[in-house]
Amino acid sequence: MRSRSWRPAAGHVFVSGYVVLLVAFGIAPTVYALNLAFTDGEGRFAGIGNFLRTAQDYRFVAAVGHVATYLVLWLVTLTVLVLLLALVVHRLASRWSRAALRFVYYVPGALAGASSVLLWLFMLDPSVSPVDGLVRSLWGDTFVQVIAPGHLPWIFTIIAFWTGAGGWITVMYGALNSIPYTVIEAARVDGAGPVKTALRVQLPMLRKWIVYMLILSLAAGTQLFVEPQLVSQAGFGVVGTDYSLNQLAYLYAFDQNDFNGSAAIAIDLLIVALCCAGLFVARGGLFDAD
Amino acid sequence: MRTDQRPGVVRMAGRALVAVLLLAFALFFVLPMVWLLLASTKSPADLIHANPLSPGSIGTLVTNWQHLMSFQDGAVLTWMTNSVVYSALSVALTLLVGIPAGYAMALMRFGGRRLLLIVTLVVMLMPATALVLPIFLELSYLGLVNKTASVVLPMAFFPFGVYLTYIYFSTSVPGDLLDAARLDGCGETATFFRVALPLAKPVVALVAFFSFVNNWNNFFLPYVMLPNSDNYPMQVGLTQMLAATPTFNPVVGANAEVQPPELVLATLVSIAPVLLVFLFSQRFLVAGLTAGATKG
Repeated sequence: MRSRSWRPAAGHVFVSGYVVLLVAFGIAPTVYALNLAFTDGEGRFAGIGNFLRTAQDYRFVAAVGHVATYLVLWLVTLTVLVLLLALVVHRLASRWSRAALRFVYYVPGALAGASSVLLWLFMLDPSVSPVDGLVRSLWGDTFVQVIAPGHLPWIFTIIAFWTGAGGWITVMYGALNSIPYTVIEAARVDGAGPVKTALRVQLPMLRKWIVYMLILSLAAGTQLFVEPQLVSQAGFGVVGTDYSLNQLAYLYAFDQNDFNGSAAIAIDLLIVALCCAGLFVARGGLFDAD
Repeated sequence: MRTDQRPGVVRMAGRALVAVLLLAFALFFVLPMVWLLLASTKSPADLIHANPLSPGSIGTLVTNWQHLMSFQDGAVLTWMTNSVVYSALSVALTLLVGIPAGYAMALMRFGGRRLLLIVTLVVMLMPATALVLPIFLELSYLGLVNKTASVVLPMAFFPFGVYLTYIYFSTSVPGDLLDAARLDGCGETATFFRVALPLAKPVVALVAFFSFVNNWNNFFLPYVMLPNSDNYPMQVGLTQMLAATPTFNPVVGANAEVQPPELVLATLVSIAPVLLVFLFSQRFLVAGLTAGATKG
C-alpha cells in the first residue's frame, strides 16, 4: 500500500485541511517550544540551560514528587478496581443488572474538568458533604484540613476514578465478552473456580487492554492541572499554585514571564507523552496503521 | 478443598460480598450526582443544616436560578453562549477537515499517506493538554492569543476523529463500491460527496459527538488563551464563581456574590448539555474508547 512518489494526487487535496491544522497546532508549536527551550531570553542558544535551571528549581522536584505519588496511587487503584468490577459485573447472572451497573458506573464520565472538581470540593467539605462522617474520620473536620497537601494524591485519585473508571470498566467488560465461551468452559471443566479463571485465563487475555489503559492514564496523569489549580484557589493558600508540573510551567509563562523556562517544562512533559504514545504505536498491539 | 465441606455457606458469603462491593461502588458513582441535583434546590442555610440528601423546594431553585443569572450582569449566560459558539465552530471545522482526511487516508493512494497515518496515531494517543502551553507560546509569538480563533482552531485539530473516520472507511465501506462510482465517471470529489459521505453518517455523528464533549469540557486551553471574563467558556467561568463563593473564599465574606447553592446550580448548568448527550448516546462513547482496536 506504500505510495511510490509524492506526486500531487487527489488525496493530497482531501487531507490538506487536516494537514494544515496538524502543522499549525501539532508540529509548529512543538518546534517553536523546542526552539524556546534551547534559547535564552535574547534568543541566543542556551544548550540545556533552561532544562537544568527549571529542574533545579526547588518547586520542580516537589512537583515531580506530587505528580509521581498521584500517578502511583491512581494507576494501582484504577487497575485493581476496574478489573475487579469488570470481572464481577461480567459474572452476574442477570442481564438487566449487568447493563444497569455498567450504566451507573459510567455516567459520571459526562463530568470532566472544572465541573467534576467543583462537585468534589463540595463532597469534601464536611459542612455540606453527604458523606461528612467518612470525610471527617479520614481527613479532618474542616475543609482546610481535608485538602491538606498530604491528602491531595488520594483526592485527585478519587476524582479521576469517579469520572474515568466507568469508561474503562465498560471497555474491559467488552474485552471479557470477546473471550470465547469455550475457553472459560474448558477452565471450569478443569476445576478452576471463578478466582482462578480470572487470574489464569481472563486477565492474561486482557493484557493488551490493560496496557492500553495504563499508558493512556499515565500520559494523562502527568498533565495534572485543573484539579490542583481549583483546589489551590479554593484552599485559602493551603496548597500552592505550583503543585503540579503543568502548573509550574504555567507560572513560568504567566507569573515570571519566562517563556524559555516554561517551554523547557512543557517539553519535559511532551516527551513523556510522546514516549508513551510512541511506545504503544511502535509495539503494535491494539491499533493498526494499515 | 475446605471450601467443598460447606459449599452453601461459602457461596452465600461470596455472593453477599459481591453484592456489597457492587452496591458500594454504585453508590460512590451515583451519590455525588444525586447530591448535586438536590443541593441546587436548597437555600444556603439548608445546604448546611438540612439532611444533605433531602430535597429543597422548587421556589428556592427558582430563587437560586435568578441569583445565578444576575451574577455579574448575566455572566453565566455569556459563558454558556461562548461555550456553545466555541464548541459548535470547532465541531464544524473538525468535520469539515477531518472526514475528507480520514476518507482519503483509508481509500486513496498518495505520497506521505503512511507517515500521516502514523503521526495521527501518535498525536491521538497523546493527551491534548501536552500541547496547550506550546500552542500558547506559538500563538503569543504571532500575537493571536485572546481571540476566538485561538481556542477554536486548536480544538478543531482532532486526530482522534480523523482516525475514527479512517477506521470506518477502511473496514465498513467496500473499496469496490467507490471504484464502481469512478468507473461510472464520477470524479474524486463527486465520489466522495455522492457515494462515500452518505454512507458515512454514523461516523460523522460519532466524530461530532466526541469532538463536542471534548471541546465543551476543555479547560486548560481557554484558561490559558483567554484572559478576559467576557470571553470565558462556562468551564473557565466556574473558576470565577468559585472565587466569589464564601465557602471557598472567606475573603469575600458576607458580601459574597455567589452563595454555595448557586455554585452548585452553576456546576449543574455547566454539565447539562454534555449530560443530556451522554444519557442518550452512551454506546457512542464506549465505541470510541475501543474503536479501531483489533480484537483483544
